[in-house]
Amino acid sequence: MIEALMNAAPAWALTHAAPLLVMVPLFLAPLLALMPSGRIAWLMAVITTGISFCFALILLGLVQTSPIGVVSYEVGRWPVPLGIELRVDALNAMILLVVTTIGLLATVFSWPTVVAEINKDKRALFYSAFLVCFAGLNGVAITGDAFNLFVFLEISSISTYVLVALGAGRDRRALPAAFNYLIMGTIGASFYIIGIGFLYAATGTLNMHDIATRLPELAGHRSVQAGFAFILVGLGLKAAMWPLHQWLPNAYSYSPSFVTMFLSATATKVALYALIRFLFTIFRPDYAFEISAFSAVLMPLGLAAMVVCSFQAVFQNDVRRILAYSSVAQVGYMILGVSIGTTAGLSAGLFHLLNHAMMKGALFMAVAGVVLTYQGTTIRDFAGLGRSAPWTMTAFAIAALSLIGVPLTAGFQSKLQLGFALFDQGMWWAVALVVFSSFLAVIYMGRVLEAVFFQPPANPRKARKEAPILMLVPLWILALANIYFGIAADLPLGLARDAAAAAFGVEAFR
Amino acid sequence: MLEFLLERANYWVVIVLMMIGLYITYASQNLIKRMVGLGLFQTTICLFYVTLGKVSGGTAPILFGADAIEHHGAPHGAEAEGGHAALDAALAAGGEHSGRVAELVNTYSNPLPHVLMLTAIVVGVATLSVGLALVVRIREAYGSIENDEILEIDLETALAQHAEAEKAASEATA
Amino acid sequence: MSPETLIAAALVLPLLIAAGIAVMGWSPNLREGVTFIGGGLLFLIIVLLTMHVAGGERPELNLGEAAPGLSLAFKLEPLGMLFALVASGLWIVNSFYSVGYMRGNRERNQTRFYICFALAIFGAMGVAMSANLFTLFIFYEVLTLSTYPLVAHKGDAAAKRGGRIYLLTLMGTSIGFLLPAVMWTWVLAGHSLDFVPGGLLAGVDISPVVASALLILFAFGVAKAALMPVHFWLPNAMVAPTPVSALLHAVAVVKAGVFTILKISIFIFGADLLEATPAREFILWVACFTMLVGSLVAMTKDNLKARLAYSTIAQLSYVVAGAMLADPAGWMGGSLQIAAHAAGKMTLFMCAGAIYVATGLTNISDMKGLGRKMPLVFIAFLIGSLSIIGLPPFGGAWPKYELMQGAIDHNNTYLSFVLIGSSLLNIAYLLPIPFLALLPPPGTKEPKPFKRPDGAPMPTVVAPLITAALCIILFFAVGPISKFLSPTVGDRVDYIADGGQP
Repeated sequence: MIEALMNAAPAWALTHAAPLLVMVPLFLAPLLALMPSGRIAWLMAVITTGISFCFALILLGLVQTSPIGVVSYEVGRWPVPLGIELRVDALNAMILLVVTTIGLLATVFSWPTVVAEINKDKRALFYSAFLVCFAGLNGVAITGDAFNLFVFLEISSISTYVLVALGAGRDRRALPAAFNYLIMGTIGASFYIIGIGFLYAATGTLNMHDIATRLPELAGHRSVQAGFAFILVGLGLKAAMWPLHQWLPNAYSYSPSFVTMFLSATATKVALYALIRFLFTIFRPDYAFEISAFSAVLMPLGLAAMVVCSFQAVFQNDVRRILAYSSVAQVGYMILGVSIGTTAGLSAGLFHLLNHAMMKGALFMAVAGVVLTYQGTTIRDFAGLGRSAPWTMTAFAIAALSLIGVPLTAGFQSKLQLGFALFDQGMWWAVALVVFSSFLAVIYMGRVLEAVFFQPPANPRKARKEAPILMLVPLWILALANIYFGIAADLPLGLARDAAAAAFGVEAFR
Repeated sequence: MLEFLLERANYWVVIVLMMIGLYITYASQNLIKRMVGLGLFQTTICLFYVTLGKVSGGTAPILFGADAIEHHGAPHGAEAEGGHAALDAALAAGGEHSGRVAELVNTYSNPLPHVLMLTAIVVGVATLSVGLALVVRIREAYGSIENDEILEIDLETALAQHAEAEKAASEATA
Repeated sequence: MSPETLIAAALVLPLLIAAGIAVMGWSPNLREGVTFIGGGLLFLIIVLLTMHVAGGERPELNLGEAAPGLSLAFKLEPLGMLFALVASGLWIVNSFYSVGYMRGNRERNQTRFYICFALAIFGAMGVAMSANLFTLFIFYEVLTLSTYPLVAHKGDAAAKRGGRIYLLTLMGTSIGFLLPAVMWTWVLAGHSLDFVPGGLLAGVDISPVVASALLILFAFGVAKAALMPVHFWLPNAMVAPTPVSALLHAVAVVKAGVFTILKISIFIFGADLLEATPAREFILWVACFTMLVGSLVAMTKDNLKARLAYSTIAQLSYVVAGAMLADPAGWMGGSLQIAAHAAGKMTLFMCAGAIYVATGLTNISDMKGLGRKMPLVFIAFLIGSLSIIGLPPFGGAWPKYELMQGAIDHNNTYLSFVLIGSSLLNIAYLLPIPFLALLPPPGTKEPKPFKRPDGAPMPTVVAPLITAALCIILFFAVGPISKFLSPTVGDRVDYIADGGQP
């Protein structure tokens, strides 16, 4: 399919795919803000995300067919170490694919929820902010310049604060949630920029590839180590790495349903990508792990995230909060995979990243459907919906089983790969903790599933009402993807393995 | 020891200001004050970068004097294409970074951090405006901009909602 | 038809049956017809495959790789075929019985019931035919999930509670112990999970500690084999209707559990590694403990189904003990026990169900003298009990004998004493039931009149008689069966054919 697309695309699309992927949404966003009708804005947003999705596919194809596995684009034709470079290898091609696919599905899905939750005069602005966020996330994934990453990171974050705050129409607690998110997110980005400052002071360059080339001679340099620490904390905060995750539960619980769905599947993943890029490609595993004794920091944090947040999820009554804490726990799994330090571990973490986007995307889509038709988000409000909204709830159940890790679903495959990678290093105690948190996942998802399928509705007026078709189709696409990739996992696993290899192999591309 | 402190005076200033900014952000309850702290923190980062860019004995990075005359040779006011060609030629001919710099007569500070900080200032301004807009909306929704009061109001609402839900549930089963 | 097609058919057919039942749900007779025709076809396919396997073939089917190195593959061998035969054959009998029971008791949600049955058989077929641990694990979970709605069928608070304990225990142990054990095996075996004759881990240099830990994870991870202390899902699952208990405790779920343990012992560990593993003795003690304690607890239960549940827990440990003996006698005994116990226990449960449908009675103390009114049911019960106890000429005799022989050969003589003790306890808690029913002591109160005017529905009486007859047939058919099994478990044929003379 990718070859067909590449053959059909005009030459300029192939050459300029990288900047166009980011620029098209960015330039169309202000146009959307001027639209009179929310519906037109929605349609334009769908088209834009579709275009970006095509560009992401093209980039994936270009990376796979390139002799060195890297697509490099010099913005403004300024030569590389001096100018800004957009650099795509197997790792960020995969991330771009995830972000654009979820963006497309989410945008198609969004219209009924936006109608229900956002005021009429704000809808066009809402989609405009969404496109800015989408462009920013893609920009973070695509850029090869460290400072440019900060710029795009802030572009996506600021628009995220706005998007979260727009949930105030439904629940005014969205406003303090957005404000706290703003404070913490800005601090995180600022820490990142301090780290970049240290790196710049030591290496004299901002281009990520160039920094990677220059760092080995500077290994013991104090400012490099300081920079590393600041970057880790900054990106960790954006990625909701425990214990820097405090902004996430409130932000996800009170923002509009579409925003939660989109963010849960993309925002933290992109920050995690940036973290992986710095850990593996720029700082190199032998620096990060041996010299800095790195797994002594990241691995406990990942394990703590898994266990503590799964525990917290068990005690929540609001389904969106359960899923939010579950997201932090899942990021813990990814960080655990990353912290193992081997290619197998990194590919397990990236594989879980892919699968989690599918799982959480489907789960939050189903929740959005319920919010639309039944207006409640507590477990009590979900009771009996298995009978009233069978299509929505069956997809929810499939995604929930995937989250638990039942065989024949994508979640099982990624847990298996993570277990293999951990056992390969002899870390059986980590496997025990992974298993324990999976058991907790059985409990917290089981509570919801039991209410949905085995309890009578709390409110006897629950006549049979489903979410509209526009929402059901993307939901079922994601739910079926969970099953399909649970049975035949070679496509996502192949992507993850290539991405892991790309993250490690700077040498090949010097 | 005193030497150690004095040589790094700029960094000490940066550290102190950053920590003050962070402390204000975390410790104050008033939302505007939190924004102030955040702004202080971000501005100090600008200071940090600028001090990084300072070369001792260097002046503002605008070519003047002998260096400016030297550059008359290069196509002045050429369009972007020509400018790039000149740069490429200069890079190819010049070779090493230090070789190029060695041609300059005067010492200049590094202009790049300043440029980066222009961008960072813009980002900071955007953040500040969104933050203040949020504060305005919070004031409209809650009637207060003190964090503890907002939390109290939220707690009351949550308790009320919970009590309502309990009542509804017991009525439904009754 | 080629064996590969037959394997694929054996897997697809239960799914088609489930779909057919769903479609035909509006007409109970058509729906039941789908089950019977489908079940008959499935049994036929399995018989054909058995003939291939008996001829020495080992048909394989590879459905492709789910992930690099992890393939969904099926490979037939005698032990698996035995399980598949037991499952598919007894499914037909059980369906026949269910029709009578469900209609006689006017149960609700019958369509969902039969669909879940078909899905459970799908899981059982997958487990029986799996070629590697990955496939087996997948179908093991399918079995758990498809039987959960069956356990919670009645829908009341007790059923939900029982269902919850069932699901949490089985999923908890499989995620908590079995899955790590599978992952560990993968790493130890150099990235493979295949079932290899002689043992996948046989050539690998594993320290005894590692092997012991792995064995313990497997033994308690496969909670369907109901070793204590992970056995408590079984008694709690008694809230299910009796056909489900018959299915769970004879045909699909528990047999899948002990079958898995046998497969792991034979094909993952292999005789030599198992011998060398210190934890083998430990698991053997646990199995003996379970046998005795299970039987003792059974004696204290007045509720008939509860008593049979604990009896099942005890009887399943026979297979585990046989597996842990790590020699042909033990393995043969364990395998034969799969078939013998299936037939025997199913008889007992079906009788219990017939009694319940006819009279509404669940407690043994109320059943004195009932045999006068329901003679056939209690005669079947008697035959089943004698088979469980292990007396010739009933099927349960041979497994017990093989196990005792294996125990003595292996210097685990205490096992034979435990087996004898268990038989005595079996007598104590099983025989009084039919005897007191058929020959009540003088002066016993007359049992209550039938709840249902016609007594037990015909299918619920005929089905246990069929399985009781099977108990007797199994005794005489042991020669061909052990010859069939010998490629897998080792040669005991001549031994048995000679009448067991050393």
